[in-house]
Formats: sequence, structure tokens, C-alpha cells
Amino acid sequence: MKKLLIPTLALVLAAASASAASLAFDFKDPKGVNNATFKLDAPLEAISGSANGISGKVMFDPAKPASLTGKIVIAAKSLHVGNPVMLGHLHSDGWLDVSKHPEIAFEVVSVKNAKTEGAVTTADVAGKFTLKGVTKDLTIPAKITYLKDKLKARGGQQDGDLLVIRSSFTIKRADFGIKPGEAEDKVSNEIEIGLSVAGASPKA
Amino acid sequence: MNKTLLNLGILVSAVGIVWWFAAGANTGWTKTSVQRLERDPVTEIETPVWDKRFVPGIELLAVAGAVSIAFIAAARLLRRKTASKT
Repeated sequence: MKKLLIPTLALVLAAASASAASLAFDFKDPKGVNNATFKLDAPLEAISGSANGISGKVMFDPAKPASLTGKIVIAAKSLHVGNPVMLGHLHSDGWLDVSKHPEIAFEVVSVKNAKTEGAVTTADVAGKFTLKGVTKDLTIPAKITYLKDKLKARGGQQDGDLLVIRSSFTIKRADFGIKPGEAEDKVSNEIEIGLSVAGASPKA
Repeated sequence: MNKTLLNLGILVSAVGIVWWFAAGANTGWTKTSVQRLERDPVTEIETPVWDKRFVPGIELLAVAGAVSIAFIAAARLLRRKTASKT
């Protein structure tokens, strides 16, 4: 029994210290700096817009970037385009149906091909992307920048760290049940999405 | 009367073109908000910010053109009717 106790204790302590190194980053941003952009080709002009209703939590260990886990959520109602008629269509039940499906989300499953240079890590992040209530496996390229002790520089009194996540990827609206096979001469099936978000991890 | 209709047609067309041009000659759809980018100095994130601004688009120019053509067509029709009566 005693022979097992010490190695077991060591293992528990090692696991505890590894998880303790992971920092929790909150992506809720009342200033509205965090944003997602989208763009679809159309005959007259490309439809481009943005969303700033970002929230979510991510666990990140600066020593082990590939251990990244978490979820980023976009409030579907916060998607905006410049033309009011187009905006109405975008939110309607024929397109994103924001009243029935209020959230667009990306949940991290695993991180592959992580390469770190200084504070910047580039990686392929595999996860589950949910849009209009449909969830699909998706792998997206991401650039993760860890800004140690930069939370106070953003304003406020709190010390802490920032984590900036950037990604650009393309999805097909038909894959998510958004008018599949319809209106492809008016609105492209492919949607280019950009994500630029910063999470805060205040020091206790 | 037909001269008035003709002048109205020309006026609508001229006003439409000048207004569209002065507002930026937007060849896309009409917009009620316009996007600009703001850069956060700490994270360097560029955020699209929407300013409320009316920008007439190509469809409003087309409407002005259609109204103008309607007035001019009405003027021509009236002129023909007047000419056939006399």
C-alpha cells in the first residue's frame, strides 16, 4: 500500500499542477471589439457584414498551446449588414432564423499542428461548428496570441492576461440547411468567415 | 400639361442622378448604415463599426429613371392625343 501511495500522490500532484497552468479566458466583451465578419458573393455586390455579440470561455496553457479547449459563441441577432431589407432577410426564418436559433458556436475538440513562436501559436483547430441549429465537424486555421499582463492596458483596474484568437475559414450555407440549392445565382453558397476575438483572464 | 409632365420627367431624372452622385455614386444596394474599421491598440483587433448613414444605391437610381420615363411617356401620349384631336 505504501509503495503505491507516493507514486500515486506524485501523479495527482503533477496532474493538478498541469491543469493549474491552464488559464481561463472569458470572451464576453462589453466594448464590442470582439467581432466576426462574413462575406458572400452576389451579382451586384458582395454581401458583407459583421457580428459583435461574442461570448464564450477558453482554457489555454501558454506552456502547452495544443491543450486549448473551450467554446466561442456568437449571438445570431448581432449579425448586421448595411441594407435594411437584406438585414431583415438575413434574420428571417428563411435564412438564419435567429429567433429559433439564437446562437452560432464553435466548440474546440482538438488542436493539431501547433507551432509556437514567442507569444504566437498557429494551429489547426478541430471542432464542432453550429449554425442554424445544425452542428458539423470543422477544422479551421487559427492564430493564437497570448498577451501576458496586458489586461490592464485595455482599461480598468484589473491585472491579468489576454488571449487573442484569429481565424479565417469558409463554410457552405447548404451544409447548415440555409436554403440548400436555392438562390445560388443571387447569393453564393460559400460564406467566408473571419473571427477576431480577445479573451481576458484576470489575476486572482 | 404635356410640357409640365416633360419638365417633371427631366427634373426627376436630373435630381436622381445628382443626388446619387453626390452621395457617393454607390453602385451597390441602398444602405442605411456604413461600415468603418477601428483598431484596438492593445490586441490590434480591427473591429467593423457601423455608422448610421443613408447611401442611395443603384435601385433608387433605377426608380428615379423609371418615374422620369413614366412622366416623359405620359407627356408624349398627351401630346399625341392633343395632336389627333386637332
